[in-house]
Amino acid sequence: MKKVLVLAEVRDGQLRNVSLEALAAAQIIAEGGEVVAGVFGAGAAAHAAILGQHGAASVYTAEHEALAQYTPDAYAQAVTQLIEFVSPDAVVLGHTAIGRDVAPRVAARLGFGLVSDVTGVEAGPVFVRPIYAGKAFQKRKFNDGKVFITIRPNNIAVGEADASKTASVVPVDLEIKDLRTIVKEVVSKTSGKVDLSEAKVIISGGRGVKSAEGFQPLYELAEVLGAAVGASRGACDADYCDYSMQIGQTGKVVTPDLYIACGISGAIQHLAGMSSSKIIVAINKDPEAPIFQIADYGIVGDLFEVVPLLTAEFKKVLV
Amino acid sequence: MNILVVLKQTFDTEEKIVIQGGNISEDGVEFIINPYDEYAVEEAIKLKEEHGGEVTVVSIGPDRAESALRTALAMGADKAVLVDDESLFGDEFTTAKVLAAVAKKEGFDIILGGQMAVDTGAGQGGPRLAEELGINHVSTAVKLEIDGTSVRVERDVEGDLEVVETSLPVLITAQQGLNEPRYPSLPGIMKAKKKPLDRLSADDLGLSADEVKAKTEIVDQILPPTKQAGRILSGDLAAQASELVQLLRNEAKVI
Repeated sequence: MKKVLVLAEVRDGQLRNVSLEALAAAQIIAEGGEVVAGVFGAGAAAHAAILGQHGAASVYTAEHEALAQYTPDAYAQAVTQLIEFVSPDAVVLGHTAIGRDVAPRVAARLGFGLVSDVTGVEAGPVFVRPIYAGKAFQKRKFNDGKVFITIRPNNIAVGEADASKTASVVPVDLEIKDLRTIVKEVVSKTSGKVDLSEAKVIISGGRGVKSAEGFQPLYELAEVLGAAVGASRGACDADYCDYSMQIGQTGKVVTPDLYIACGISGAIQHLAGMSSSKIIVAINKDPEAPIFQIADYGIVGDLFEVVPLLTAEFKKVLV
Repeated sequence: MNILVVLKQTFDTEEKIVIQGGNISEDGVEFIINPYDEYAVEEAIKLKEEHGGEVTVVSIGPDRAESALRTALAMGADKAVLVDDESLFGDEFTTAKVLAAVAKKEGFDIILGGQMAVDTGAGQGGPRLAEELGINHVSTAVKLEIDGTSVRVERDVEGDLEVVETSLPVLITAQQGLNEPRYPSLPGIMKAKKKPLDRLSADDLGLSADEVKAKTEIVDQILPPTKQAGRILSGDLAAQASELVQLLRNEAKVI
């Protein structure tokens, strides 16, 4: 029986889904012990109800002004103090921009091991994580001391919410000082768009889109499906799109329910980034393209003909 | 400016993975500088060109890692350090402790590295090393400007751009888009052969294997289940599109 602390994350006022996945992972690690959660920032207590319904017995909240915007300085201090205050046997964070940045720093500060980017939790506990961007997996365990992990979004199933469960809210005073990094500005390039790492559906374009304008039909399909748009390295290198859209061993590794690859041949480094998707659809003019070997469904044809047809068909059934 | 770059030698990203006896086979594998670390090397050389100073590239790894360091020297780095003492190989905890010892020995104004390595994908090295040294870090940089001791970084945050200001000494991790790494020139390759490369052991760094002992352990390495090729639809394209939508709704149940 262990006590497990989940550090929940709020983005644009919404509790991130990966935080509920982290609570599910925490239940496995706790082996019947206690699961608690921490949330930072203004309005943190508003998320206590849903965290409680997903298994958090207590929710520790900290509304310090230095936590309104992420900086490694402020968050490393806050997370370290919360861990020292709660004194858990295990800590779970999402492997998000914040989790992947702050967890290693906190681990070093506390002298802990850290297994990052975990996609599965087995009894023991043993943690499964991809290596070589998913070309292989390793299983890791902790030799001594605390368990500390970050989990990859979209991989660990969220448990059923139990409306009868509530969490007690415990406000915590944190001392945050000597900040050395200042965020001057955040330029949102994703506002209104679905984040690739948490997207349930991804439409992705390769060299076959031929130009920046060539992504337009993909965006139209994405809008109908509420999908995110990604790209292969080929499309990024050719300047058809921003590098932040790149999926592959260099770039983002994604695991959506549905991945629609348009004009992507399927280089090994791209497949590494998307082959764990639940269902893969390939659209390519070349019937010999390697992408068809891992696709669940394939259409051999010009994406500029096929994608608009798909958009029209999805509109019929979804609207 | 005293610029330190930490880099790792990794499999080329086009390599397939073969597991033999629980270990990942290196037979016939092409090795490269981890692509994210290559951005860090390029940025370090650009900083030196702009501000003067010296670029030292550091790696932990077996003998073969020398070739990655020589490539960085050929690109324009000045000297290299290879920690090839196997008693200092371990997990992310170990690596940060060892790199911190090297950084303290070499001295630095700024440390650059990749935001993660494409083999283990852990992404812990940068923040851990900064913490071990008690300095700031800014990760996933796509633009870096230094003026005196002021540092301005544009960083990629899940697709958004964040502008961060901090000061030296600092550790920066490189994201794709930071720069276009140069290819080593032929004269660069010739010069690199004569540039200094120090091999350091636990004794040289004043470390004991015990104090850097790994906190975690790999209990198994496995390949993912091979995916079976699926169904290629046929008929005219409009009919295929219609069939695909039905399959995704009724058979795959993902829409």
